[in-house]
Amino acid sequence: MNRQMAETQEEVKMKKTVFLGALAVAAVTGGVASAATLDDVKARGKLNCGVTTGVPGFAEPDANGVWQGFDVAVCRAVAAAVLSDPTAVEFVPTTGKTRFTALASGEIDMLARNTTWTFSRDVDLKFEFTGVNYYDGQGFMVPADLGVSSAKDLDGATVCIQTGTTTELNLADFFRSNNISYEPVPIETGAEAVQQYNAGACDVYTTDASALAAQRANFEDPTAHVILPEIISKEPLGPLVRHGDHEWGDIVRWTLNALITAEELGVTSVNLEELAAGTNNPEINRLLGTEGDLGGMLGLDKDWAERAIGVAGNYGEVFETNIGENTPIGLARGLNAQWTDGGLIYSPPFR
Amino acid sequence: MTDTNVSFVRHEQIPPSPPPPSQSGAIKWARENLFSNWINSVLTVLALYFIIRLVMGATPWFINGVWDADSIRECRDILTAAGKETGACFAVLVDRWDHLLFGFKYPQDAYWRPTLAFILLIAAAMPALFYMYVPRKFLLGTAAYPFLAYWLIWGGSLWVPIVVAAAIIATGLVFRLVESLNVSTRTLLAGAVGILAAIGLAYLLFLGAQELRFIAGSIGSEGLRIIPFLLFWAASIFTYVFFIPMGIFVGYAIYDDAERGGLVTVVTALLAIYVMLVYLLGPVSSGLNAVIPLELQAVPSRDMGGYMLSLILGTVCVSLSIPLGILLALGRQSNMPLIKGVCVVFIEFIRGVPLITLLFVANVMLAYFMPPQSNFDLILRVIIMITMFSSAYIAEVIRGGLAALPKGQYEAADSLGLNYTQATRLIILPQALKISIPGIVNVAVGLFKDTTLVSVISMFDIVGMIRGPIQQSTDWISIYWEVYLFAALVFFIVCYGISQYSQWLERQLATDHR
Repeated sequence: MNRQMAETQEEVKMKKTVFLGALAVAAVTGGVASAATLDDVKARGKLNCGVTTGVPGFAEPDANGVWQGFDVAVCRAVAAAVLSDPTAVEFVPTTGKTRFTALASGEIDMLARNTTWTFSRDVDLKFEFTGVNYYDGQGFMVPADLGVSSAKDLDGATVCIQTGTTTELNLADFFRSNNISYEPVPIETGAEAVQQYNAGACDVYTTDASALAAQRANFEDPTAHVILPEIISKEPLGPLVRHGDHEWGDIVRWTLNALITAEELGVTSVNLEELAAGTNNPEINRLLGTEGDLGGMLGLDKDWAERAIGVAGNYGEVFETNIGENTPIGLARGLNAQWTDGGLIYSPPFR
Repeated sequence: MTDTNVSFVRHEQIPPSPPPPSQSGAIKWARENLFSNWINSVLTVLALYFIIRLVMGATPWFINGVWDADSIRECRDILTAAGKETGACFAVLVDRWDHLLFGFKYPQDAYWRPTLAFILLIAAAMPALFYMYVPRKFLLGTAAYPFLAYWLIWGGSLWVPIVVAAAIIATGLVFRLVESLNVSTRTLLAGAVGILAAIGLAYLLFLGAQELRFIAGSIGSEGLRIIPFLLFWAASIFTYVFFIPMGIFVGYAIYDDAERGGLVTVVTALLAIYVMLVYLLGPVSSGLNAVIPLELQAVPSRDMGGYMLSLILGTVCVSLSIPLGILLALGRQSNMPLIKGVCVVFIEFIRGVPLITLLFVANVMLAYFMPPQSNFDLILRVIIMITMFSSAYIAEVIRGGLAALPKGQYEAADSLGLNYTQATRLIILPQALKISIPGIVNVAVGLFKDTTLVSVISMFDIVGMIRGPIQQSTDWISIYWEVYLFAALVFFIVCYGISQYSQWLERQLATDHR
């Protein structure tokens, strides 16, 4: 009870200060984050993780209100590594417009929200991308009976496009560089875009190819629509944190790398326990903490990576359960295969 | 006496014969209303055509609706298997019913709490809405309702709302007590309160001056930043110079006003409620809770959602903004330049800004103003913004009502020797509010629907639930008409109810001779 009282008093004190300088403090606190995010998270006992308000397969609350998805798995892995509890995550849903302010203001500790890694977001907005968990690219979907086989034939087309995303800018660049014209139909959410596209309000629907594939797989007649071969942009999607706290950035980066390395080394949720007892592969031993002290360097304990992998398995397993070919989303690994299989997923070594 | 030479006299009236078929019943009605001239006939035929087309198009969709499926794919399979061409997937409403009503994070075993709060809301609103049929003492229940509802919906200890309610009642008692004191005692009290207020204000201003200096220091004075730096620095110096004189001035003003007693009563009451809420609320409520624990599982604001959130925002904001709007409207008519100025600036500023901007400020900008660890409740921020917005509109509606009163009414009140409060309460407001009812209801209905705007700041009210977690789930990817129709239906029920009530109230209050 004493602690509670002390806390309320502290809160009152804080509110008073806030009240006096409310407007002006903006200049000070804006952008300034407390230095030790790890300590904050541990003290709070919960990881505040920014996610989308819903993208099928990537982040969505299920019928019981539990968050599921490919991006959500990253949050859970970090929570398991840091707090030993994959459920100790407060998921903060953000929209395309509120996501960066939520991160910059310290409302969330990390953002795992299919955010494209771009120069200006990394440098100008002062964020630190901690890796790439999905390589995407912008594509086009058109009705098959339109008879178009290349995006370069789309001169004069009306295009459904989500506002406030990088896809809008890529589209303008693509059409300008090919000297063809288009008429944009701006749309807020994916569901509206599909509705408009199916109602014939636009000839073309463009967004990330993963989303196009997911939406098309759930059309009443998927064969009536084709995804054009051109991929007009690079969209490396990944989790990000604020500038200024490199220790925290390292934790998020290497948790993701642990999932990727686990797949490369064949560590799965099935054999995790067995391998964690010790193997004759030194890299697996270093990853799972039976050799060396990589966890200690991060400010965590030895088993951090084992816990992170234990949540839902390695990168490949997370991919297959959430967005893989056997799910309704039905995405192939493609660029997101391990580098050993010809993909781009590549983790620096654990040593 | 024989009847033979008397001419025929009918003793009873002949029953009227029915009018010709073309002049009665449905045919007459149709002829007069639907086919009175050729333009009318053409329009009738056209309208009938469209209505029939609409019904024919929509009926199979409704009738073939699938109510039992786990995903949109299963739903389509069922329709295809049954050989139906079109059909709705109402199964989404069954599958996500709880989410649509309560949001996806409200604990499932606590759904009875908001439901009970909603039923009690109807019961508590009765004495206020149908005051002519319900005894006045039931209004006490209405007054107690907000505290009970807060406890039911947010959970935690029951003692917190009880102690807050007690503090408010105690403040009222303090107000009465000070009002009833004789002049010499009141002068004494005014002296004491004046000194307290002077010290308190000086202390606050001193803290403020320090804060301003700190901000100036952290802005720095390089380049363009020299301007805000100098401004903050000047403000800081100004506050340092004046924090003691300001305190003394206010303290003296309270003491000086002791004879009339207006200031001293208000300031004493404010001091009393401040002391009670800041220093007594925490210890007293947790102490009482330790003796008799009355606790429900606490639910943070972040977890509220669905139609429940729309109803919370709508009810709270409407009921707060009506009294606030009345005050603003009266303030705008006031003769006191300061009060009038503040009210005019407030109303004009708020009316000149879109609601969605205010909501973004509440969500995004305030996060910058606050230190990272403090989380000033998001729902509370949104309630404040929406209430400010609607109270500005209601103030203008009521100002219209005030302006519509003949000047004679004001003069009559004055000639009866009523003071401002009495005249306003007994003569002006009852008439002005009666005139304003349609306008107020219009604002209230609009406000209730505007609460759906909170979905853009990632709060999951019913529209936010639909646009986010439901349409973007793997199971119900891109489902559209079914969920939006449901949202339209639940909003229609409430808004139509409000509108019917207001028409009934207008008829009840109609005292003019038409």
